[in-house]
Amino acid sequence: MSEPLADKGLAAVAPSLRLPSAWHLLPWALALLFYFTAGGYLSLGTHVLIMILFALSLDLALGQAGIITLGHAALFGFGAYAAGIFAAHLSNDPLLGLAVATVLTGLFGALVGMLILHTAGVTLMMLTLAISALLAEIANQAHGLTGGDDGLQVGRMAPLFGLFRFDLWGHTAYLYVLAVLFLWSLVAWRIMRSPFGRSLDGIRQNPRRMRAIGTPVWRRLVVAYGLSAAMAGTAGALEAQTTRAVGLGALSVLASGTVLVMLILGGTRRYYGAFLGASVYVVVQNFAAQIDPFRWMFIIGILLMAVVLFLENGLMGLADVVRRALLAVQRRSGG
Amino acid sequence: MLDVTILLDGVAYGMVLFIISVGLTVTMGLMRIVNLAHGAFAMIGGYLATTLLSAGLPFFAAALLAAAVVGIVGAFAELTIYRPLYRKGELAQALMTFGFTFVVIAALTTVFGTGIRPLPVPPVLSGVVDIGFRTYPTYRLFLVAVGLVLAVLLWLLIDRTSYGARLRAAVDNPRMARAVGINVNLLFTVTFAGGCALAAFGCVIGADLLPLEPYYALRYLVLFLVVVGVGGIGNFKGSFVAAIALGIIDTGGKFLLPQAAAYLFYGAVIILLLLRPHGLMPAKSAA
Repeated sequence: MSEPLADKGLAAVAPSLRLPSAWHLLPWALALLFYFTAGGYLSLGTHVLIMILFALSLDLALGQAGIITLGHAALFGFGAYAAGIFAAHLSNDPLLGLAVATVLTGLFGALVGMLILHTAGVTLMMLTLAISALLAEIANQAHGLTGGDDGLQVGRMAPLFGLFRFDLWGHTAYLYVLAVLFLWSLVAWRIMRSPFGRSLDGIRQNPRRMRAIGTPVWRRLVVAYGLSAAMAGTAGALEAQTTRAVGLGALSVLASGTVLVMLILGGTRRYYGAFLGASVYVVVQNFAAQIDPFRWMFIIGILLMAVVLFLENGLMGLADVVRRALLAVQRRSGG
Repeated sequence: MLDVTILLDGVAYGMVLFIISVGLTVTMGLMRIVNLAHGAFAMIGGYLATTLLSAGLPFFAAALLAAAVVGIVGAFAELTIYRPLYRKGELAQALMTFGFTFVVIAALTTVFGTGIRPLPVPPVLSGVVDIGFRTYPTYRLFLVAVGLVLAVLLWLLIDRTSYGARLRAAVDNPRMARAVGINVNLLFTVTFAGGCALAAFGCVIGADLLPLEPYYALRYLVLFLVVVGVGGIGNFKGSFVAAIALGIIDTGGKFLLPQAAAYLFYGAVIILLLLRPHGLMPAKSAA
């Protein structure tokens, strides 16, 4: 980030843009390190990576474009079912299935976005809720195609590039998901820094003013929602391909709530917020839920309330607080 | 006369939706806050009533007592949890109330266990009544009657009393209402408590149609929000019309087109919200 950010609002948008570039290797280095040291937890790691991608997609729609959605799981589930059905009936090539699911979900998202993005606020929240409820019902009823509430069993994927078989321990799956996440995160990074991304920032902060200066607000939002949908669809497809099962839970309101929690916990509009939030959430959940799923709801509920009350920028915001405190200490001791 | 029965069933269902949701339209319209915890308050009432019933209280006493207690809980929640939210964005409000709902579910299941909590219909209401051309369950007629009485009482309260006038003023323009000396804060607390109490009451008497279970607060939240959104946020009459209409659509769909009922319901909701983004009867707002 060399050019100065004139607007205070924009400066607040993405402090992580100012990180020295070597730091950006850290999460990927950690992810690779995990691959070699995970042992039995590799599939948990794969799940973390998928959730990061899902949270990142929500960050684009909600964090950057300000599209408040309570039904993001509809898109994740759409991608998962698309990939699952494609694998069951047409081809079990993973990359082809992934591409098809991504494109279809993106188109679906753009189509839905065209309808609902004329509205905002509470109406928009309810429309997203209603659409995810409608999709869940369709998946429930179309038993022949989706397996209804028995869930959809996805057959074994063909080897990646015809070379790498999806092994029982999930080595191929982990690297496959990591590579896809890396590609999407490059796209997300590019979007965030692009004029398009900046116009989304503007729309989030003041849609009326953006319209007044000639931004085609609705069209920008539809594109953003479509992109976010494609990304969520990829995440859903990866989930279907690596766990080899899709359930109605993928479309549920609880799943939409979960991804919101992940993103908010990490911090919206921070890029690495999605990475941090999803990792912490999935890992903590994995150990807490083994005790009792309802106690887990208690922990998540308290976390949500605490983040809203005390930590508006999520865990990434906490990092900022620490950094500022350290700087203050440094300044005091230095001068 | 199958269609009359369906209509009555739909109206009875709609009345339950109305009683539970009417408090939510107040919170969202008056306080301009996204309240996803409304179902949680209803659920607290329901669980409380099951305890009171097993302690030997009669059904109606249990329902009213549960409603009163939830009203007090609601007032307390408004003062502690909701106050800090008024100045925050919609997202923060949604998350906070969502988190609160999770905590309530976890707390209730810790105390009461994770099974379905039966709330049996009292013997007085479990029979059937002859309504001329056929017999009809007393319980559902009772729901219709209670819904109608409450609707009329609420209408009188809001349209004919000084409390109602102040409430409407605060919905239309909170700043102006404050400026002319209305204690909006007190109004908020009282109204919120009343809405929570109604939700609890509706949960108890409607438990035969919306069974009480650990995920009650989340499962039916969409339904309550839809009633409020379709009716027009902050509009009582709109909520009433929307609740009855959605009750009839849902019940009719389940009877006549069981395969397509859910599509019909959510399809109707989506189309209504797209055509009328501010609901059937948008509240007149100066803001």
